[in-house]
Amino acid sequence: MTWTVIIVLSVGAYALKSAGLVGVGVRDFPARVRNVIALIPAAVLSALIVKDTFTAGHDLQIDARAIGVAVAVVAVWKRVPLWLVIVLACAATGIVRAVS
Amino acid sequence: MGRAKPPSKATDDWAGIIGPALGLGFAVFAFGLSFGVMCIDAGGSVPKAMAMSLFVFTGASQFSAVSVLAAGGSAVSAVVGALILASRNAVYGVAVAPSLTGSLPYRLFASQFTIDETTGMTLAQSTPQRRRRAYWVTAASIYVFWNLATLLGAVAGSNIDTRKYGLDVAFAAAFVGMLAPLVTSPRARRVGCAGALVCLAVTPFVPVGAGIIVAALVALVGLRPTPEAGSVVSTGGPA
Repeated sequence: MTWTVIIVLSVGAYALKSAGLVGVGVRDFPARVRNVIALIPAAVLSALIVKDTFTAGHDLQIDARAIGVAVAVVAVWKRVPLWLVIVLACAATGIVRAVS
Repeated sequence: MGRAKPPSKATDDWAGIIGPALGLGFAVFAFGLSFGVMCIDAGGSVPKAMAMSLFVFTGASQFSAVSVLAAGGSAVSAVVGALILASRNAVYGVAVAPSLTGSLPYRLFASQFTIDETTGMTLAQSTPQRRRRAYWVTAASIYVFWNLATLLGAVAGSNIDTRKYGLDVAFAAAFVGMLAPLVTSPRARRVGCAGALVCLAVTPFVPVGAGIIVAALVALVGLRPTPEAGSVVSTGGPA
């Protein structure tokens, strides 16, 4: 993690925020652009979940992480508070590693 | 003066905003702790973790960038993926703009806090005055909790064996929590499933972390209008 990455991210994130609030303001983006942007988090967060769960570099694998994330899915579905979701998922993965 | 003075309308208004804002602050605290810890794990330092939370200040994108870097992805993959994920903040900016009218410096300052939680809280209010208050109170709560948690996590992270305690699934668990309130429509659910499948399918063939960017292309189905396509803003979870 270099300082360049952090600076580019900071500037980029601020540019996006201010583009909406200051740049576009009380006008609006075209509906199609809004629709695409609205769907990005669903696509990207899902991709991040499977990446962090089932991949190691270029390889696909199933290991203790899958148990932890399965626990997280059930916990979120059961409306467990988010801090507890994270604790339960980490604990499940840690326990599976300890006993295997 | 009566002893038991009923709360005035104004006090009531503030309480109705500060309570939920503090609730959101506590919720992001756990995310911030994980972020701090994993930032160190990905080769960061306490100052770098703090710079991310103070200046980037959009949780899901910070997580995304660190997750890609931790997996051995390139700086370009990390930055592009994180900024694609941050694009929704531009739409949030448009959504809160009518509540944050004022001078250019005021709006430029307000922009830094245009994220899921502030937008959700602002749009949930019934009057312009309450919307403006809700924006700033939520911004203050999230900013303080997020940065405090990042600091604690980063300091602790220097002394933690993250794999032993399963902390390497903290991000995935957090992403599950962030995703849940965003996939309320059938279309969003289909896009979510497709994004996950695309990421797994391309992982062996593209640079580490680039699968996230390829998966984002699934969102282009939004170009095809449908009756169910609605507002980008969810009042739900932190991201």
